[in-house]
Parts: sequence; C-alpha cells; structure tokens
Amino acid sequence: MAALSLAKIEKTYPNGFKAVHGVDLEVRDGEFMVLVGPSGCAKSTLLRMVAGLESISAGVLRIGDRVVNDLPAKARGIAMVFQNYALYPHMRVFDNLAFGLKLAGTSKAEVERRVRHAAKLLEMEALLDRYPRQLSGGQAQRVAVGRAIVKEPEVFLFDEPLSNLDAKLRAAMRVRLTELHRTLREQGRPATVIYVTHDQTEAMTMGERICVLKEGVIQQVDTPVALYRRPANAFVAGFIGSPEMNILDAELVAAGAGLAVRLGGHTLPLPPERAPRTPLHGPVKFGLRPEHIGIVPLDGSTPVPAKLRFGEHMGNEVFVHAEIGNLALTARVPAPQAESLQASPRGSEVTLHLQMDSAHLFDAASGASLA
Amino acid sequence: MNTSAANPVAMGENRGAAWPRYVVLAAVSLLMLYPLVWLVGATFKSNAEIFTEVGFWPSHLDFGAYARGWKTSTEYTFATYFFNSFLITIPRILVTVTSCVLVAYAFARFEFWGKKWLFAVMVGTMMLPLIVLRLPQYLMFRELGMLDTYWPLILPSAFATDTFFVFMLVQFLRAIPRDMEEAAMIDGCNALQMLLFIIVPLLRPAIVSVIVFQFIWTMNDFMGPLVFLASVEKYPVSLALKMSIGATEEVEWANVIAISVVALIPSVAVFFAAQRHFIEGAAAGGIKG
Ligand SMILES: Nc1ncnc2c1ncn2[C@@H]1O[C@H](COP(=O)(O)OP(=O)(O)O)[C@@H](O)[C@H]1O
Ligand SMILES: [Mg+2]
Repeated sequence: MAALSLAKIEKTYPNGFKAVHGVDLEVRDGEFMVLVGPSGCAKSTLLRMVAGLESISAGVLRIGDRVVNDLPAKARGIAMVFQNYALYPHMRVFDNLAFGLKLAGTSKAEVERRVRHAAKLLEMEALLDRYPRQLSGGQAQRVAVGRAIVKEPEVFLFDEPLSNLDAKLRAAMRVRLTELHRTLREQGRPATVIYVTHDQTEAMTMGERICVLKEGVIQQVDTPVALYRRPANAFVAGFIGSPEMNILDAELVAAGAGLAVRLGGHTLPLPPERAPRTPLHGPVKFGLRPEHIGIVPLDGSTPVPAKLRFGEHMGNEVFVHAEIGNLALTARVPAPQAESLQASPRGSEVTLHLQMDSAHLFDAASGASLA
Repeated sequence: MNTSAANPVAMGENRGAAWPRYVVLAAVSLLMLYPLVWLVGATFKSNAEIFTEVGFWPSHLDFGAYARGWKTSTEYTFATYFFNSFLITIPRILVTVTSCVLVAYAFARFEFWGKKWLFAVMVGTMMLPLIVLRLPQYLMFRELGMLDTYWPLILPSAFATDTFFVFMLVQFLRAIPRDMEEAAMIDGCNALQMLLFIIVPLLRPAIVSVIVFQFIWTMNDFMGPLVFLASVEKYPVSLALKMSIGATEEVEWANVIAISVVALIPSVAVFFAAQRHFIEGAAAGGIKG
C-alpha cells in the first residue's frame, strides 16, 4: 500500500555488464504494474533491485516517501513471489507462511490469524499441514503467494510466478491473481503490485499498466489498450498483441493530395489521419495487425493481391500466412471465411483486404512511431 | 512426470532382464561379505580350528570368547575402551560439523577477499598425507601440555581441518538454488538465522554423511591415539584391540576376533541408522508438475 518510484535507476553487474540503463518509472499506490519484455531484458534485475536482493548502481528508489536504496530487503516492506516458488522444503505450509512473521516477533495469535486468513483467501486451508514436496505445482504456487500475503507488505513483487505451470493452470491462476488484487482493493487494503513476465498475454490480461522493457531500457509505459492502439515504436508494436503485428519494409510516396504506402510493388493510399505528423517520403516500417487484414472486404479496406503460403487452424479462427510481393504477412480471419482456402494449394492467388485506417508507420531506422 | 506413463512397457522388459543381474549382485556381495561372516564364525572356534578350516560354520556354539575378549588381559574391560572411544568421537563430530558447516557456508555464499585462493589452498591440503602432519602436531601439542589427553584428537577438527568435509559441504551447497535464502532474507533472516533455520536443514543429508564418515574414521583411527595417548586407561577401542593381541604370548584368536566383531557394531549401526538420510537427498521446495 505505497507508491513506488524509480528515478534514473541503473545496474552494472560486477563483471562490468550494464543490464539496466537509466530507468524512470512511477508505480501508483495500489496499482497492478506489469514489467514485460523478452528474456534477458533485465526484468528480474529490476525487480530484484526493488526487492533489495541486488544492489542499485545509480539512481534513487523510493517506496512510499522513503528512499530505500541502501535498506536491506527485510526493511523495505516488500514481499516477493519467486519463479520457482522457493518454499522452505523442511517446513510445513503453515510454517512457510508463518516464518517471516515469527522472525519479526509477531504474536502467536496474530500469526495464526493472518495465516488462516491468507489460507482462506487462497483456498488452501487443507494444505497447511503438508510439506512442499507434497504439493502440486499449482498448490505450491498458491502457497508462495500466501507467504507474500501474510506479510501484508507495502509492495508485492512477482517474478514470472506462473511460468512453471501448464497452460491451463496458468490461465486459471492469472484470473485468480487478478481477482485477488481486486478483492484486496475492495477490502480496503489495496496492494501495490509489480509483476514481471515475458508473456504478453499475461501482461495484457493482468496489468492495469504495462511497462515494456528491451535490453534494460523502458520502451513504453501505458495501459494495455493504449499499448495495443498506440505503440510508441516498432518493438512495442511487435511485442504486444498475438499473433504479432505484421511489420514490413515499405516506402512512403506522394499520391495525389495525400500519401500512399508502396508495399511489395503495390501502392496503397494512406488515410489522412494515419499520415505521419511531419510529412516525409522514403523508406518506413509499415505495421498492420493480423486482425486488420481479411480475406473478404472489411470496413474501409483496400484489396491487395497476394500469394497463399499456409493456414494455421485455431478452431474458431485461422491465421492465414501469405506473401505480398516478397513480404510475408499474417491475417487473422474467422474460421468460416477461411473454409474456401482450405483446398487451395500453396502459392495460389488470394486477395487480402488491408484496413489502412489501422495502419502504423514507424521510422525505418529508429523504429519510433511516426503517428 | 511422463516417465511413469511410459514405464509399463519398459518395466516388463526389465523384469525379464533383472534375474541375471540379481544373481551377479548376490554372488559379488556374498564374496565381499564372506570374510565378515567367517569372522563371526571364527569367534566360536579354537585356534586349531581357525587355522585349518575354511568353512565358517563352527562345530559348537560357545560365547565364551566374547566374554573373555570383553574382559581383556588388562585391568579394564572393553566397556572402558568403548567409553573412551565415544569420549573422543562424539565431541570430535560436534566440532567437525560446526566448524565445517561454518566454513563451507562462507565459501559457498559469501564474497570475500582472496576467496578463490584460500579455497585452492584448502583443497590443496587434502592432498597432504596425514602422516606428514603428525610430527609437527606432536611437537605443538607437547608445547601445549596436551599429550596423553584427548585434546590432540579433537581440537584440530574444531578448525575445519577435515577439508574433505568442507569441500563436500561446499559442493552440496553450491547445488542448492539461492531462491530459498533470498526468500528468507526478505522474510527477515540475518546471516546467523539463515544458517540455523535454512542452510542447516537444507544441508541435512550432507551433514549426516559428515557424521557417519567422521564416526567411522575416528572409531577406526589407530595412529592418532597411538601417537598422543600414553596411559592404557585412556585407550580407545582401536588401540585396545591391538593390545589384546600383544599382551600374552599365546594369543587366543577367538577372543581377539570376538572383540573385533563387537568393535564393528557401532560403526555398522551408525551407518544403517543414517542410511535413510543419505538417500533422501535435498528435496528442494521448488518445481513439481
Ligand atoms: N549476476 C549477473 N552478472 C552478470 N550479468 C547478469 C547477472 N544476472 C543477470 N545478468 C545479465 O543481465 C541481463 C538481464 O538479466 P535478467 O534480469 O535476469 O533478465 P530477465 O529477467 O528479463 O530475463 C541478462 O543479459 C543477463 O545475462
Ligand atoms: Mg527473469
């Protein structure tokens, strides 16, 4: 229950590797903030610096209104859930939860009350007498969360807590954790959460705001919807959304009064509201999400001839992979529409319908959004 | 996880192939155990029988050899010698475990100046033959006025000089992920609480090994007591055994063998008591299913 602020945070490891480059981030009181990025982008490093498990090379870290740079982990008012759960194997679940409280000299009755409360919240009252080795992955995961809850910390830190679960359980736990956050808020004890994941689905579904990281540099911080609609650069555009946004090499050219995109030998007029702020001509990166490409005409779409490569059937929809000129791209179409393609051989002609009013343009060199 | 599903077929095949393997194993273990069995058999035999018969089955069952061996030809019974052995072994195990765990914890988990170098030196001392140390140790303990006491047999172990154990514990600790310790750090452990509440329980299988090995080695140690102890009343079992051979001109081998068998019992008992913990290993708190 505290805001958290990172100002110009840097991390250089003892071996000289600079993992974090000047990160500025404000996490609001009670907010569910997700740090997302590909493996190795320093998400864990950042989280561990907040936790106090890793020293901070430069910058200022505040929890609430305290500067905590040099406070030990136990004095920061944080609780952390580890990827491997890190339960104490020689203690029963009850003692795993109670350990930190006992160390802090909490009264027996209070320990009992908090452990029972957390166990109830996570529906694991029946597990309290078990040892960690007697738990399934999902149960161990809940115990790990419970161990964080009993501490009633200022800030919860999660480091890829669901990545060891199978897909079904992961989806269930996603919902459960989100609900838990809402429940705590409704109970008047909102929890500030920093949640690390490499999975954009987790980020999109759980985060109130998402911070996208790449190689130790923040790319964009915003709500899931804003990230999806207005990615700040090609990296964010490609990372958020599934299947990935098509990002193709293209050229901006003049077309009558406005602009057009030259794409694999075809010229597609660009709606005025999608044109770059500063008019320019020349090479750009053209981005269009698969859901904005159809094999039948869509709202205000522009037809382009293409060659079929193959389709990935997902049940209710099909990811159609095709080529415009020599540029590969993916369309996401409802299954019934794709039925006609089922029999088509590789390389046969299809017409793709591109919704140009959903197009994104990025600088060819830097990848920054031109919108 | 998937292995159990795939097993039924594999197990069927294995059962067919298992018989020859068990036969070979049984034959080899019999070969290894035979001297021990013979030893027990010999305790019921006369000298003449011992040196003429290969079979272990004695012609008559007479526990007299045990009684005579236990009494010894000295003024003390083996009860005294066993007591002496424990008086050396138990304190030595205590200080060994304490010192070795502390040193291993430092090597495995802390960064300090010259760590690599110190570790190399420590491992290097493992190569040193023990006998090389005897003379300087003897001179040192003489200066300290500790000859003919148990101190020279116990004190060195209090400084983690059993480097093999330190090495073993360090390796074991290195294999344990640090997550649990980090969780404990966040939970508020200081370094000492970490050691007592987290590290020692995690190290338990390795500590059990240290206890067992140190027990057996100390019980069997002959040179140490021989060098440092002078009075018979302070002799441990290993020395007393040797004495029971030398004391009289005509050795009653059955007596000697009987008491050797008895002398084996503590080590064997400790080993079997600890066996379960050996195997258990470090069941980490982490990932499953
Ligand atoms: N102790 C360390 N010493 C040196 N480099 C490290 C250390 N830990 C992590 N790194 C490097 O820092 C970068 C970020 O690592 P990490 O924070 O674990 O990434 P993520 O959690 O996003 O996958 C990686 O390139 C990794 O190799
Ligand atoms: Mg990580």
